[in-house]
Amino acid sequence: MIEARHLTKRFGNTTAVDDVSFVVREGEILGFLGPNGAGKSTVMNMLTGYLSSTAGSVSIGGYDILEQPFEAKKHIGYLPENPPLYLDMTVKEYLYFIYDLKKVSLPRYAHIDEICRLVLIGDVMNRVIKNLSRGYRQRVGIAQALIGNPEALILDEPTVGLDPRQIIEMRRLIRLLGKNHTVILSSHILPEIQAVCQRVIVMNGGKIIADGTPDRLAKKLAPSRRVTLRAVGPMQDILSELQKSPGVHAIKPKGEAEEGAFDFSLEPDPDCDIRHVVSKRMAEAGLPVLMMRAEEPSLEEVFLKITDPAYGAVDDEPDEYAAYRQDYNQSAVLNPAPGADPAEDPNRAAAGELADEIFGERPREFGAQSGSEAPETEIPQAAETPEPENPVTGDEKEEN
Amino acid sequence: MSAVFKRELRSYFTSPLAYVVLAVLYLFSGMFFSTLFREGSPQISYVFSNMFVIILFVIPVLTMRLFSEEKRQKTDQALFTAPVKLGNIVLGKFFAAFLVFVMGLLIAVAGQMIITVFVAPDWTIFTANLLGVLLLGAALIAVGLFVSCLTESQVVAAVCSFAVSLFLLLLDTMAEMLNSDAVSTVTGWISFNGRYGAFMHGILDYSNAIFFLSIAALFLFLSARVLEKRRWS
Repeated sequence: MIEARHLTKRFGNTTAVDDVSFVVREGEILGFLGPNGAGKSTVMNMLTGYLSSTAGSVSIGGYDILEQPFEAKKHIGYLPENPPLYLDMTVKEYLYFIYDLKKVSLPRYAHIDEICRLVLIGDVMNRVIKNLSRGYRQRVGIAQALIGNPEALILDEPTVGLDPRQIIEMRRLIRLLGKNHTVILSSHILPEIQAVCQRVIVMNGGKIIADGTPDRLAKKLAPSRRVTLRAVGPMQDILSELQKSPGVHAIKPKGEAEEGAFDFSLEPDPDCDIRHVVSKRMAEAGLPVLMMRAEEPSLEEVFLKITDPAYGAVDDEPDEYAAYRQDYNQSAVLNPAPGADPAEDPNRAAAGELADEIFGERPREFGAQSGSEAPETEIPQAAETPEPENPVTGDEKEEN
Repeated sequence: MSAVFKRELRSYFTSPLAYVVLAVLYLFSGMFFSTLFREGSPQISYVFSNMFVIILFVIPVLTMRLFSEEKRQKTDQALFTAPVKLGNIVLGKFFAAFLVFVMGLLIAVAGQMIITVFVAPDWTIFTANLLGVLLLGAALIAVGLFVSCLTESQVVAAVCSFAVSLFLLLLDTMAEMLNSDAVSTVTGWISFNGRYGAFMHGILDYSNAIFFLSIAALFLFLSARVLEKRRWS
């Protein structure tokens, strides 16, 4: 559907995009991931013909965006980073303008009405865009991209500036659109890509540095899975038991989490599941295990790892980013992390109402769309069910 | 083209811009008319020739935001990624501005009608005047539109267009001051004032009409090129 070959864009002496090639198949949801300034927006601007490429070519549905812009542009709907809204128009006027601009031949009223119902902006149709909130503006931006029912949607940071509830709605909308559109979206927020996309392209410094499914990418780049353990007993006893366990590569005490119970982050030797050994040892030593959780390497860690080799020490990362990840994943509700900021609790409660939707949808989506990958994602889940002390693990897996 | 035209026209009238421009045009033509009436003269060209300066300074206001605002608000991303030709976008905007300008001239037509009640007017002169002012407006709007393609700021666009207007206004005076044949030949070619003055005298010279039309076409073309070039920079 969309094919980019050796795309390069230079602004003066700066190379914003450097020899980027990829193919997006029909019906695929592709996520562009990268830090700010990685060249994501530039790639999208080139895909849509807003910018020309210094070298390389883009073809949309078989039409070259520079040679046959007229034909190519008919196949794409574009939501730039800043929704291109005329602030002095009402939503209705604006959408009718876009309809006229794109010379759409679908029945005008019915088509726009359908889009408005899909993106839930029916109640603001007669309001001036200037007075709309950021969330509504973003949705009007999506509506604008959907006019004319283009096969491919290119969404540049569609959830930026939205509140958590709107982010969830937006993700659901994108998944819904993904059922009968080819979608390319960009983000620097990883859980978002993890939640929505079947395929991820990681960009940094204008280059593609990774391309694959979110799971495969995470597995490939972070093979060993850390385990978080919470056990009751004197800290030194637990520590010495752990040190004696085979397969435990590194232990990092994380302090007292509950009264008399301590948390540890364990790094296993590569390709080694230490949970059986550890739980057995703890039981024998009479140190009750309250919780044991295998950390699925999140894309975030992968991302930091591959975008910044100097970062290296993935081990030090979780504390800093745990709260951030939980905010987006909503897993905090089901899995209150030790030492998490209590000030976040109201958010969690709100997130709880919405969590069901995500948890209900995700496995089905992945099962249906990524075919052969589905068993892979389910294996760790099955492996964890025998752990009686760890009732939250199953849910945690679904999220990550 | 029609979508851009309609949107632009609507935007003129949902902002104070069109009203300000129309008010200024109506106010001054009204003033000149009142002088005409007091003196009992049927010479409509008095109004039109005095309007030259007013038009020079009103049109930058009309054109200042045509493309600069699109660029600043990044709404140009919607325009340039839609299946529309650049030239049509430029033309849509041009005609919207031109239509507002034409609305501003309607009062002169009304004035002419009032004159008709009292004396039989010289229709040739009136036609020439009207044509002259329309051509002048088209050329100036095209120049202003071009300037607004070059910048993101309305203010900069307005100031630059004013500078162009001022230059055109002072061109003849400067030529006189320099007192050089070569210079006055050149300024004679590009003098808006001189060519407009010919229309005011009721002279329908093709070369003058073609001059204004060429200026309009040239700057509309350049505008499209500038917008195109922006993609390649």
